[in-house]
Amino acid sequence: MSMHKIKVTVNGAAQEVEVEARLLLVHHLRENLRLTGTHIGCDTTHCGACTVLLDGKPVKSCTVLAVQADGREVTTVEGLEKDGKLHPVQEGFWEKHGLQCGYCTPGMLMTSCALLKQNPDPTELEIREAISGNLCRCTGYVNIIKAVQYAAEKQRKEGAHVAA
Amino acid sequence: MIPSSFDYVSPTSIADAVALLARHRDGAKVLSGGQSLLPLLKLRLGQVEQLVDIGRIPGLEYIKEEGGTLKIGGRTRESALEHSELVAARYRILQDTAKVIADPLVRNLATVGGNLAHGDPGNDHPATMLVLGAQVVVVGPKGERVIPIDQFFRGLFSTALEPDEIIIEIRVPTPPPRSGGAYVKLERKVGDYATAAAAAQVTLSASGSIERAGLALTNAGPVPSRAAAAEKHLVGKKPDPALLNEAGRLAADASSPNADRRGAVDYKKEMARVLVARALKIAIDRAGGH
Repeated sequence: MSMHKIKVTVNGAAQEVEVEARLLLVHHLRENLRLTGTHIGCDTTHCGACTVLLDGKPVKSCTVLAVQADGREVTTVEGLEKDGKLHPVQEGFWEKHGLQCGYCTPGMLMTSCALLKQNPDPTELEIREAISGNLCRCTGYVNIIKAVQYAAEKQRKEGAHVAA
Repeated sequence: MIPSSFDYVSPTSIADAVALLARHRDGAKVLSGGQSLLPLLKLRLGQVEQLVDIGRIPGLEYIKEEGGTLKIGGRTRESALEHSELVAARYRILQDTAKVIADPLVRNLATVGGNLAHGDPGNDHPATMLVLGAQVVVVGPKGERVIPIDQFFRGLFSTALEPDEIIIEIRVPTPPPRSGGAYVKLERKVGDYATAAAAAQVTLSASGSIERAGLALTNAGPVPSRAAAAEKHLVGKKPDPALLNEAGRLAADASSPNADRRGAVDYKKEMARVLVARALKIAIDRAGGH
C-alpha cells in the first residue's frame, strides 16, 4: 500500500493532501475536501452522478484514482456558481425544472457545462448524445434538455453582449 | 466500492515503465485510461500489487497518417478517435466504432491500447482492428515488436501481450481506393456491451465486384476472430442483397455467442446475421459501390 502526496487544483484552489493509492477521486472530493455536491450513484461507471471536469473534460470520478488527478484541475458542481450568481446551466435547470429527485443533477450540470463550452449551439440530438452517459432514473430527460437549451441561449446572448 | 490495496507508480518514460513491469511481472498491471481496469479492481474481480500508470508518459496520444499507414498512439483516447477529422474522412469504420464504445464520459478517458490489451471479446475495437488488418506495436524489456492483430487475441481476457510489455502504437494500413468499412452494433442501451455487432471492410474492383473483404463479430465467442468462410464467399462476386445475406448467415453460423441477459444463443446469431449484412451494405456504399 503506497501513500502519495497529491496536489489537485479543485475549483481554482490548489489542495495538497496525502492519500492512499487506491483512493478514488470521488472519495477524495467528498471525504477529504468535503465537497459533497458530487454524488456517488451506481459506483460501477454507469450512471454519471459523480461526473466532474478533469482538465475541462467530463469524467466519472468514481473511475479515476485520486493520484491520477495529481497536478491537474478538477471542477465540481460547487465550482459552477460565481460570486453568488448561478452558472447558466444551473439557472436553466432551475427555470426549466430540469430535475425531480436531484440525484443525477450535479453530473448532468457538469456534462452540460462541458458540452456548451465545446458546442455553444447544440441540437437536441447533440444534447441527448452528450448526456447519454448520465442517467436520470426519474426519467426527466425532456426538461433536462430544455434546461440545457435555455443555458445555451443564455450563454449565447451573454456572449453577444460581451462582444458588443 | 474500494479496490484492495496496491502500490502505485507513474513513470514518465516508456523505459522506466517497462523496467517496473519487468521487476514485478505478474503482480503488476498497466493503468492506461482505467475504464475497464478500475471497475474490475473495485468489484474485486481482479487484484494487483503494483499499478504502473502510463498516464504521465509523454508522446503516446496521437492520430496521424505516415507512409500509407494510420498510426494511433497507444494511449489515444476514444474521444480523440471519435472526433478526429482524419478518421472521419478516411477511416469511417474506426469512427463508427469509437462512437459506440461505452458512453461519452468513459470515452474521455478510455484508450485504444487499453481496449485491445484488455482482451475482452465484448470490446468493440477487436473486430474493427481485425478487419482492418491492424498491427499492434509493443515495447518490452527486449525492445520493440510488432504483433499482427490476428495473432494478438489468445483467449478470454488473454492476449499475446507479455506482462512486461506496453502497447505504444496501433498501425492500420491505409485502405486502397474503392474501399469502405462500417461497424454496426446492437446494444440494449448506451454503455452496454454489444448484444451483437459486426465489422465489415471491403475493397471493390473497378468493375464493382468485391476484391477483398474483412468481416468480424463482437461478443460472438471467447476470442475475437475473423469470419473467414463468410469473407471467402464474398470475394470475386458482385454485391447484391442475396450475397450479403448469405455472408451474414455464414458468419453467424461460425459464431459461438453465450446466452446471457442480452439474449439467447439463437437470437444473438440471428442478430449477427442481420448486422453483418447491414455493415456490408454500408461498407460497400462507402466504397462507392451500389
